[in-house]
Amino acid sequence: MLAVEEVRSSYGRIEALHGVSLDVAAGEIITLVGANGAGKTTLLRAISGVQPISAGRIRFEARRLDGISAHVRVALGIAQVPEGRQVFAPLSVEDNLRLGGWTRRGERLDAELAWVYELFPALASRRRVSAGTLSGGEQQMLAIGRALMAKPRLLLLDEPSMGLAPMLVEQILDVVRSLKQAGLTVLLVEQNARAALAIADRGYVVETGRIATSGSAGELLADDRVRAAYLGV
Amino acid sequence: MTELLQFTFSGLTVGAVYALVALGFTLIYNSCDVINFAQGEFVMLGGMTTVFLGLAGVPLPLAACFAVVLTVAVGLALHRFAIEPARGSGAVVLIIITIGASIFLRGAAQVIFDKRFHTLPPFVGGDAIRIAGAAILPQSLVVLAGAVIILVLLWAFIERTLIGKAMVATAANEIAARLVGIDTRAAVGLSFAIAAAIGAVAGILITPIALTSYDVGTVLALKGFAAAMLGGIGSAVGAVIGGLVLGLLEAFAAGYVSSQYKDAVAFLVILIVLLAMPRGLFGRAPVERV
Repeated sequence: MLAVEEVRSSYGRIEALHGVSLDVAAGEIITLVGANGAGKTTLLRAISGVQPISAGRIRFEARRLDGISAHVRVALGIAQVPEGRQVFAPLSVEDNLRLGGWTRRGERLDAELAWVYELFPALASRRRVSAGTLSGGEQQMLAIGRALMAKPRLLLLDEPSMGLAPMLVEQILDVVRSLKQAGLTVLLVEQNARAALAIADRGYVVETGRIATSGSAGELLADDRVRAAYLGV
Repeated sequence: MTELLQFTFSGLTVGAVYALVALGFTLIYNSCDVINFAQGEFVMLGGMTTVFLGLAGVPLPLAACFAVVLTVAVGLALHRFAIEPARGSGAVVLIIITIGASIFLRGAAQVIFDKRFHTLPPFVGGDAIRIAGAAILPQSLVVLAGAVIILVLLWAFIERTLIGKAMVATAANEIAARLVGIDTRAAVGLSFAIAAAIGAVAGILITPIALTSYDVGTVLALKGFAAAMLGGIGSAVGAVIGGLVLGLLEAFAAGYVSSQYKDAVAFLVILIVLLAMPRGLFGRAPVERV
């Protein structure tokens, strides 16, 4: 479904991705694990088209994405939940969600709205509240709900557990699991490698802008180097 | 008392125009962090185009509509060919680009139109209305009503339509807006178009009272900028209040001190705001992202 081939990307003169390749098949949950600054977020931003790439190719369902603007990629079926939630603070919860469905404006989105409120009941009771006043957990739910409103086929999730209480982390990861059952493909970036690998089918370990190793979630959980570096055992 | 009322009327009329210019600054500043010093030229283009089409025999209502369309086209061109190619440059670069655009538009107007002062007949005729001894021109009421209508329309657009909310979203968080599929370039272009339209309408409304010429934009931009600063740059409510307050201050300074000092008020306001309250009356606290 998604093929990333030898992608390079820089911030100014500093190259953050030195030729990264990975692929994601339809219906999988793939996780990227790695330290802060390894390039995971840069890769997701490149897939979404908000970070330019200097070499390599990104293909989505056999279509090359080079030259396709970020906003068109959403219409093609790629939605991202960015790091740090990035909700539209001055707008209400419901407006945030309706804007999530921006690429499908003109359609009635009531069914999707109902679905998001069902996934995250906490949002339903706060639909008129401005997003900036929500708690961190609620903002994370809103950011995920907003991305789902675009009805993506591929969902990019960047650090959904960051700064959340353990109970909320579990709730969010449960939702991710249920999205897979709903037919979504998920590319999940997580610092919490153990939690991510617990729900993922496969994973890639990213180190300083390169893929260090990859394998099934089980293999990575059993890998001594991964265990030492990312699982703290 | 009569005097005070008289100064208040004229202050509010001029202030309404400053408020509209300040609103144009605010719209563009919010959408792309650019202070558009060509905002005054939008006002000039609205008035001058209407005048010259009128002289060419076009009925005035039609001429006014065409003037707004033309100004919007200029606003869109300014965004597309001057601001957009420089995206990612620093604030100073972008501001200098808008100053350049302002000089260019003024020069073009001088060549295409002329260098004389022009006026338009008032939209509604009749004598000045007398209220407690003070006189108010019917055209002043037209200006105030026009400003109120523009404010209501703009508010409804931003609060009640998804496109308006997409503009708010783009202003609040540009990357996140792109990630939900908003064409943020188009959203910024739209803010230039709306700012141009508001400027043009302001220019058409004020011309029967204040005369227009190719270079009225310079002073109007400065006044509008002072109003936006006073209100707190980026705040729409602040722009309107700032415009009205500046108009009143000017009218009082002209009436009670000397009309020679009228234009100094705007500069004084800019200085005081910068020194004493850089955020203005309604400005938001600067947010540092870490």
